[in-house]
Amino acid sequence: MSVDRTIAPPQKPLVIADRLCKTFGGGRSLFGSAAPALKAVDNVSFEIFPGETLGLVGESGSGKSTTGRVLLQLEEPTSGDIIFKGQNLTGLSKSLLKPHRRDMQIIFQDPYSSLNPRMTVGEFVAEPLIVHGAVTNKSERNDRVAALFRKVGLDPSFMTRYPHEFSGGQRQRVCIARGIALDPAFIVADEPITALDVSIQAQIVNLFQDLQDELGLTYLFIAHDLSMIRYLCHRVAVMLRGRIVEIGPCEAIFENPQHPYTRALLSAIPVPDPKIERNRRPIAFDVNANPIPEAATLRTVGEGHLALLY
Amino acid sequence: MAPLLDVRNLTVVFDTPAGTVHAVNDVSYTIEEGETLGIVGESGSGKSVHALSMVGLIARPPGRIVSGEVYFKGRDLLRLSQRELFDLRGKEIGFVFQDPMTSLNPVLTVERQIAEPLRRHFNLSKSQARERVVELLELVGIPNARARIGQYPHEFSGGMRQRVMIAIGIACNPKLLIADEATTALDVTVQAQILDLVRDLKKKIGTTVIWITHDMGVVAGLADTIQVMYGGRIMERGPVDAVFEDPRSAYTWGLLKSLPHGGKRGETRLYQIPGNPPNLINEPIGDPFAPRNAFATERCLRETPPLKQMEGSLPGHKAAVWYDLREELKKQEAKV
Repeated sequence: MSVDRTIAPPQKPLVIADRLCKTFGGGRSLFGSAAPALKAVDNVSFEIFPGETLGLVGESGSGKSTTGRVLLQLEEPTSGDIIFKGQNLTGLSKSLLKPHRRDMQIIFQDPYSSLNPRMTVGEFVAEPLIVHGAVTNKSERNDRVAALFRKVGLDPSFMTRYPHEFSGGQRQRVCIARGIALDPAFIVADEPITALDVSIQAQIVNLFQDLQDELGLTYLFIAHDLSMIRYLCHRVAVMLRGRIVEIGPCEAIFENPQHPYTRALLSAIPVPDPKIERNRRPIAFDVNANPIPEAATLRTVGEGHLALLY
Repeated sequence: MAPLLDVRNLTVVFDTPAGTVHAVNDVSYTIEEGETLGIVGESGSGKSVHALSMVGLIARPPGRIVSGEVYFKGRDLLRLSQRELFDLRGKEIGFVFQDPMTSLNPVLTVERQIAEPLRRHFNLSKSQARERVVELLELVGIPNARARIGQYPHEFSGGMRQRVMIAIGIACNPKLLIADEATTALDVTVQAQILDLVRDLKKKIGTTVIWITHDMGVVAGLADTIQVMYGGRIMERGPVDAVFEDPRSAYTWGLLKSLPHGGKRGETRLYQIPGNPPNLINEPIGDPFAPRNAFATERCLRETPPLKQMEGSLPGHKAAVWYDLREELKKQEAKV
């Protein structure tokens, strides 16, 4: 029997989010009154393939950061499953989860508050190596940290300095060095360039791409700057009120958006060109006037392109 | 006609334990009545500090205005008493600050907060002020304004709160409105609405606007004139079309080039400006961007270039450069 060689074997996803829900509040208070529950993440499913960058966009409060945190088990999902490298991570005990933790890392938005001011940046980068027993002695540790510093474009002689001596871009490089210290397969980058100076953002975006090329990293890239998303990501998911309203290949989303919210979002990006900008008319979309019906489901509208239509 | 605002040689420093921070260095510019000036710069460029120091809103100490004059309608603001500044701020010069979450008072109703400058500057009665508040909220596009004036800031969404901030800023029909990163904390869709609102207000009431931001896209859509600041200095300024099309400062050029411009994944690598923003604690010598600039000459490191009119461009297109960027880019192209 001959095997059809024209079809590549389907690649297995690295990360699968399966019907994830995360609800905050809703419990009864001491006096018996119930606070309304907030569905921060509402029935969210997607897959991320090895070496891929999935962009996650949406307004503040849409649940994009919570999705990232739940995916890494920094918060427990209310329901749903997270499958990482074929294994279901939900419900695993702390000790069973620990070996997976080194394989998935997060880089936060604000490099001013995510660094410990009382640790040298070298110690900060070495910490995960120590916690996970990846190094046995001090000289090995120093060598590893120095190599990481070089990899993110920092001079290893900076290792003994404290965070306050660094600029925002350099701090974010330190955070990235720590993020890749344990050779993770998957990184959630939660608005990693938002807090940086404009003249530094391109440096960090390029660094993310170089590291992906070099180490084969898989990213979930959370951002609200859509022009950067288009530049960086293979696929994009658009979130609104805790739900994914549209997901698909970057080009399909940008060229042929299907959900009215995606259209509004894309039409609102300011373009750094006065001639275009003067004639741009953003499309309005009032979320409150157009609530998403509970029963709406994602439907295929193009190749790998799904939208919540109702 | 004399310009509405005439800033001359403004220099502001902050005395800190680590040394003297040179925040604003010899900044001079004018703004005409009805003009919208977009000031672009990153943190530490002096864009916010220079605006705040013009109207006495920086803490002194540690801040210190070393030199300069700021003429607003013929009066030097830097020589006014606190009392005179009080009468001016909110009435003649309105402000909108970045963060609507923290710049509104959470325990006062929005009516109270918008009415405050009205009652203070025009001695309006409570009911007169209320009518004006309703009018203002309608003007900034808050639906159901009359019913909402008694609400507190937490009952408004982020975008609505920023509209309230703008209503406070324009309450007394100021001659000049200074907005400092007024849409930075907002979602892009909300930002688009606020920018539309500002354009609309300019048409209706003809306010002169200084819009401070780090977003080139926002300036492109809103401003008549762009002013690019870096290291406490003006690097380039001019009509938006001229500056975006034909930048003459390597910093402006680098900033524009480093944006993705609708670029797709894998097409090209983003241009990146090397190095890090300057440390302003040392006495600034030369062109502040020189250490990061591949086109910088020996002279750029030693001597500060004056802001001068660029040849072959529109009147008012000025840059502070010793090198000729057009020539340098031609040379670079020839090499490739």
